[in-house]
Formats: sequence, C-alpha cells, structure tokens
Amino acid sequence: MSELVDKQRAAVAEMGDTFSPKRDHHVHPPHLAHHFDTPEQQFSSGKLGMWAFLATELLMFGGLFCAYGVYRHNHPEVFMYAHHYLSTFWGAVNTVILISSSFTMAWGVRCAQLGETRKLVILLALTLLGGFGFMIIKGIEYAEKYQHDVWIGAGNMYHKNYHGDHLPQEPPANQPDPTMDLSGQRAEGEPFASPAAEARGAVGGAGMAFEAGRPVPHDPNLPSPAAEGPQRLRRFGPEWIDPHAGTGDEARIRPTQVIPAGLAPDVVHQHEMELAYAQLPEFERDRISTFFSIYFVMTGLHGIHVLVGMGLIAWVLFRAWGGEFGPAYFAPVDLVGLYWHLVDLIWIFLFPLLYLIH
Amino acid sequence: MAVYAPAPGAATHEPHPRGDNYLTHSRGIMSWLFSLDHKRIGIMYMMGILASFFVGGVFAVLLRTELLTPGPTFSSSREAAWNFYNHTFTLHGAVMVFLFIIPAIPAILGNFVLPIMLGAKDVAFPRLNLLSLWCWFGGAIFFSYVLLGGILVAAGLDPKYVPGGFGLDTGWTFYTPYSTARATDGTIAALLGVFVLGFSSILTGVNFIATIHMLRPRGMTWFRMPLFLWALYGTAVIQLLATPVLAITGLLLLAERLLGIGIFDPALGGDPILYQHFFWFYSHPAVYIMILPAMGVISEVISAHSRKHIFGYNFIAYSSIAIALLSFLVWGHHMFASGQSPLANAVFSLFTFSVAIPSAIKVFNWVSTMYKGDIRFTTPMICAMSFLVLFTFGGLTGLFLGALSNNIHVRGTYFIVAHFHYVMVGSVLFAFLAGMYHWWPKMFGRMTNIFWGNVGAITLLIGFNLTFFIQFIAGSLGMPRRYATYPEHFTIYHQISTIGSYVMAAGLILLFLNLLHSLLRGKAAPANPWGANTLDWHCASPPPHDNFPVEPVAGDPYDMKAWKWDEPTQQWVLDEDRAKTVAGTEPTIHHH
Repeated sequence: MSELVDKQRAAVAEMGDTFSPKRDHHVHPPHLAHHFDTPEQQFSSGKLGMWAFLATELLMFGGLFCAYGVYRHNHPEVFMYAHHYLSTFWGAVNTVILISSSFTMAWGVRCAQLGETRKLVILLALTLLGGFGFMIIKGIEYAEKYQHDVWIGAGNMYHKNYHGDHLPQEPPANQPDPTMDLSGQRAEGEPFASPAAEARGAVGGAGMAFEAGRPVPHDPNLPSPAAEGPQRLRRFGPEWIDPHAGTGDEARIRPTQVIPAGLAPDVVHQHEMELAYAQLPEFERDRISTFFSIYFVMTGLHGIHVLVGMGLIAWVLFRAWGGEFGPAYFAPVDLVGLYWHLVDLIWIFLFPLLYLIH
Repeated sequence: MAVYAPAPGAATHEPHPRGDNYLTHSRGIMSWLFSLDHKRIGIMYMMGILASFFVGGVFAVLLRTELLTPGPTFSSSREAAWNFYNHTFTLHGAVMVFLFIIPAIPAILGNFVLPIMLGAKDVAFPRLNLLSLWCWFGGAIFFSYVLLGGILVAAGLDPKYVPGGFGLDTGWTFYTPYSTARATDGTIAALLGVFVLGFSSILTGVNFIATIHMLRPRGMTWFRMPLFLWALYGTAVIQLLATPVLAITGLLLLAERLLGIGIFDPALGGDPILYQHFFWFYSHPAVYIMILPAMGVISEVISAHSRKHIFGYNFIAYSSIAIALLSFLVWGHHMFASGQSPLANAVFSLFTFSVAIPSAIKVFNWVSTMYKGDIRFTTPMICAMSFLVLFTFGGLTGLFLGALSNNIHVRGTYFIVAHFHYVMVGSVLFAFLAGMYHWWPKMFGRMTNIFWGNVGAITLLIGFNLTFFIQFIAGSLGMPRRYATYPEHFTIYHQISTIGSYVMAAGLILLFLNLLHSLLRGKAAPANPWGANTLDWHCASPPPHDNFPVEPVAGDPYDMKAWKWDEPTQQWVLDEDRAKTVAGTEPTIHHH
C-alpha cells in the first residue's frame, strides 16, 4: 500500500505545480473545463443539463395550461365566444415565423457541427429576425386588443360605457384598501371585495361580490346610455347592441360599417355555433375577462421567453461571428437551439388552444 | 487503489504539496463572491442560510413570547396584537421555509460534499452553481426588504418611504383571497423573492442531476453510490419538477395583484381553491425536498458512527426515488376541508398513506444498521438518534393527519403545527446539525468539542420536545393555529411550549458557539476522523482547491473495515492488507 501511495506522490510531484492553471494546458482542448475529463463528457453533461432545464419550463407552462383546462371546462361557451377577438391570421403568421426560425436554428446547429461559419452566422441572424418578427406581430396584436378595450383584468372595459373611440378613464388596478388602516383595524364582517372588482365599478356592499359571482356592471359615475340617446350604444364585442331594446334579435344591430378596422373578417361571421354576447348568460359575460387574462398571461409569458431566446441567439451569433464554433466545439449553438425549439413548441400548443377554438 | 490517504505512522495532518487548501487558495472578497469552487460556494451559502435561520428563530421566540399570555403580551390592544402576530408568524414561516430549510442541506452540505464524494473536481456546471448562489442572495434581499420595511413602519416610519410594500401577514402559504385583496403590500416583494429563490433551487437541481449522471468515477455504478447521493438525486428531481409550479403560482398571484387578472378572484370569474391546488402542488413536494437530503445525511452518519455497513442499501436507494415520485401525488391532503370532492379526498388520503411506507422502510433500515454496531456517542450520532425518534413521531402523526375523519377534527389546530415542526425541525434540523458536525472537520480541518456539542444537542432535544409535544395535545383539544389570543384554559399549554422554545434557543446557541469555537481552538482534523469509506474522506481536511490530485477509484462506500485505528497517531488509516482490491473487480460488499 505504501508503495502505491509513494508512486502516487511521485506522480503528483512529477506533474509539478498542481495548482497552476497552466498545468496541463498543452494536453487538453481549449474549451474543455478542468472538471471534465473529455470534451464528450462535457458536451453530454451540457445536453443533460439543458434538457433538465427544459423540463422545468414545461412544468411552469404546464400550470398555465392547467388553468386554461379548468376554465375552459367550466365555461366553454365563454371560450368559444371570446376567442373571436383573436386574429387567427396573425396567429398563423406567427406560427409560420416561429416554425421557420426553428428550421433555420436547427440548420445552424448542423453548420456549426460542420464548421461552416458563414452559413451559421447567416442562419442565426435569420433566426433572430424571426424572433423579431414574432415580437412585432405580437405587439400589433396586443395594440389592437388595447384599442378595442380587450385588455387584462381591471383594464378590461367590456361592460363599461364609453364615449366614442377614446378610451374611458382607467381605474387604478390596485388601490390600498380604504377599510383597513395601518394598525390592522378593519371593519368587521365585511365581505370580500377585491380592489379590481371595485375599480371596475362594482358597487361595494354587503355580499355584492359574492351573490351571483358577478359585480353589477354599472358605473354610477357615467351617464346611462339611454340618457344620451339611442346612438349611445353599448358595444359588447363584435356586435352593437342596444341594451334597452331587450335581449332578443331586435337588440342586435349589425351595420357592417361600424366594424372597426383591423379586426379579422371572421369576427362577424355568423356561424350557427357562435353566440352573441347578448345570448350569454349574464354571469358569464364577466367571465370573458378570465379568458383574456389567461390569454395575456400565457402569451405574455411566452413572449418573455421569446425575448430571452433572442438574447441567447444574439450572444451565440456574436461568438459565431468570432469563429468560435466548429466540429470540436459547438455546444452553445446546440443548447441554445434546444431552448429555441422549446419556445417554438410552446407556441405550437398555444396557437390552437387559444386561436382555433370552434 | 489510488487514494490520498496517509500511510500508517505518518503525521496527523499530511500537508499538501503546496501546503494550502481551498480556504487559503486565493484571497480577497472578490475571489469568494466570484468563486467557481463548489466548496467556497457551499460555505457562502452556509453564511447566508445560518443568518436566515437566526432571523427566523428570532421571530419564533417573539411569537412564542406573545403567546405566553392569553391576551396581548406586547401590544396595547387585541387588534394590534393580532396584526403583530400575523406578521411575525408569516415571516417566521416564510424565512424558515424559503431561506433556511429548503436550501440548507442541498446547498450547504450538498454543494460541499457531492463532488468530493464522487471523487470529482467540481459540479458539472460551476458557473450555474454561482448563479444559484446569487439567486439565493437576491431572494434573501427581497425578503429582507419586506422585513425591514415592516419593522421600520411598525417603529413609526411613514409608509410612503417604503415603496413597493412592507410587512407580510398572509401566512407563508399566501392563500387567496386574502393575499390578493387585503394583505399588506409586502406580498409583492415577497413573491418576487420567492420567484428568485425558486430559480436558485431549480438550477441547483439541474446541476446535481447532471453531476451525478456524468461525473461518477470509475467503479462507482449507481448502486455503489453513497446513499447521500441517492438522496440528493431524488431531491434534485423534485426541485426540477415542482419548483416551476411555485414559480408560475407566484407569477399568477403577482399578476392578480398588479394587473387585476381574475384567475383567483370569484368576482372576476376565478377560483380561490385553484390557488390552493397550485400552491400545494409545489409545496408538498417541497417538504420532501426538505426531508430527503436529511435522510441521506442520516444514512451516512448512522453507518459511519456505528462503524457498520448500512443495512438494506438497495431498499434505501429505491425508497429515495419512490418518495420523490409519490410526493407529487399527495398535495390534496392539505386541502381535505377545502370543499373538494369526497373522491378526491379519498384518493389523496390513500396516496398519503402510501408515501409513508418508503420513509418507514428507511427508519427500519437505519435502526438495523445500528444493531450490533460499534456506536460512538459523537454529536452527529446524538443528533441522528434524535432524528430517528422525532421523525417517527412526525411521520406517524402525518399518518393520523392523512386519515380523513381525524383530519377534519384537527385541521387548522396546533396538532398540525406540532406535526410539521416534528418533521421540519425535529427531523430536518437535527439531520442538518448531524451533517454539519459530521462534515465540519472536512470543511474546516478542525474537530469540534464533543462534550459541549452533546450538551447542546441534548438541550435542543429536551427543549424541542417541551415546545412541541404539548402542542399535539393542545391541538387535539381545539387550540387553533395562527391565533395570537386564545381562551384562558389553553394558557398552561402555551406557557410550557414557550419555556421549551427558550430551552431550544439555548441548545442551538450552544451548538453554534461550539462550531465557532472549533474554528478558533479546535484540534486539527485528520483526513478521516470518523473512519468512513466514502470518497470524501479520502481527501485532505480541508480539501485542496481541486479536491483530488488523482481521480480516485471507488469501492464499497460503506466498507468501514477498510480502515483501522492507528493507536500511535490516533487516527484512522487504510488497512493495507485489505486494500488489495483492484479497480474493476467486484467491491467487497459486507454480508453480516
């Protein structure tokens, strides 16, 4: 045993200064980290790590898909109605863009493996361009929604009256609770009423928020439509409805000239399955905002991931331009590619679930 | 067998060729804050995590002191007492859970020990490891902001100077609708902190999985790994799969507060119970993130300090994975009274009973390991034996809680509080202390004082039982949890519990002072003070910067007989005659 230990000590002594980073500089490839034995081990570890991380991303979006599933199961007619606000055209364009960018990314990985730097740089740039395109179209879609008062949560102006095309005053989404002061005293026995519900004009009061699960969609501060004459119609979506003409067919006014520009043509398509807003049960009308909350959170979180992916691609592009990648070392391209493919995959699920419901 | 071990008769502390180790390798605070060395990262985690433990402990003592009297103890009015208490128990829970108990064993002991147990130079992704550390500190900063803001406002500062909110009184569980509607605004900062801390956990999980898969040495197949690594692997799987759900829950809660989306708000079409499902889908596996590494530490400590091969290696290994997987199926047992369907209740109850089985298997295996062993009453062993008893109590009471009819009776009472403190403190904390004392000589090259360590451990054990055993009884009699003021007839229970908490504090102070003292005046530690055979004991104490000069070859990790006590030098040395095992042949598995 002691000869073994002596031999080992001799080997250590022969290696010389064991702490100098230059110790085995000449024997290992430049990109091999010191704690790995071979480049293959390093690459395999990187792949395993990246796949493990992608699993966490799937779990995170999984929660949102779960919420989608729960709400769609509970309120199917709301989902079928509300999705008309989404532009299938732009969604499809985005899908094509992302799938193409995944293609250019995968091709880029192949070029990195073969050491074709010029093609790699071009393909990475194209992928990045795809990302930009996606975000621009997303911006267009979001702007359109905002224009038509289809926005997140408390900003969702569905059943507020508004005057003409300018947006009504938006209530603050998160006010401090006026019933509670700093010492923690609060009025006892008061039912739950969220600031959001109050902001949307719900009348605070005993049991209001609980009773039928909906706030009264009436803001006492704005004049009632009837008071301003029949031209002050409430807009509940793709159709203009005169609320004082009952809920039957005569209430529906569908002059094509009042369709705001920018909405997809299928918005006013009268498929026999489609429900008019007026046909929805009252308590479901408020739940449309739930669809859009889920829509914005899912597409928003996805958009953030697209931005992160674009950042990663830009970083890899910069390194590729410096000629860093070749057959011996292309792991960053491969791993960033994996991330980008996941981002694409999530969109491929989002698109039909949100845009293509019938 | 190429191991770095002193020859018999050699000096106690074999100086490394360069005479330095990971602590002295480089100097300056930047060399620590930007270090890629897993050992330094583990030590930095230790500083932050122990500081958080201290803060959480202060809150615990505060809240127990409030409970000394049935009426308000510190405050002038009942409402003020309730408000103070709500903040105190929330911050106690949140700081302890998110900043201490979830990271403690994986981040401190895991980071330090995992690579040296594998004979490796570092984890698979050292830079990711550093990022995990920074994420932990980032999350800690958010919580500190919330805490400090709350303290300052309570002391009289104008709230407008604390932008973004202060204080937290939702309970560490952040249940809706309170957390979305009425809570103090510190919820936002706290949720951001939780989100960032989640990343620390996830990235550590990614790192450990890759390291255990890819960096095992020659001779170490999966079933020749030390059990601590099986435990860390199971923990990493849970961290990977469960923490993202916490991340999205936190994001949705933030979106609800900041943007007013209606996902949990019934008035907007949402469902507050959905929050509970989301939250507990993470938080139940989270408690297994806490207990699995603790069980791994116990496997190592009990076998080393009984000088005996672990009993039932395969069972313990498989149980670790079974616990990791089953833990995802039981979250509903936190929601038996939430109005979910009887079928759901029954299914969750059944799975809860089944997840207790692998844990029980482990306890039997540990006890069997001790049987006819050469038990040494070192501090790690006292802590490990305490673990065995306290975990049995905690686990069994968990079964009581899994039974539907009983759960309805005791839910929301001190029975629950006692149960989870028996598993989180009685088990995880004791295992953490066992691990700290077990690996302290390796980390710092110093032996601790066994006498004072044992006094501290026994004080802690007595204090712990005084504090929490009585709470089982109080809970069964109906004392609700999270109540600052209570009916007179519960007074004696609370007073005993509070005295117990002071005794616990004394025990913990003794234990930590003992560790500090060892740094200043402890005896120099040999490479293998306990005579264990895992690879971490085959490198110097403290290890050099890159752990092993030459990659070691692994044998049976529990082959205690490979080491024999060398009287002249008072240390364990490798037994020459037995060490003729050549790499690649079958390891010498002991059959007693």
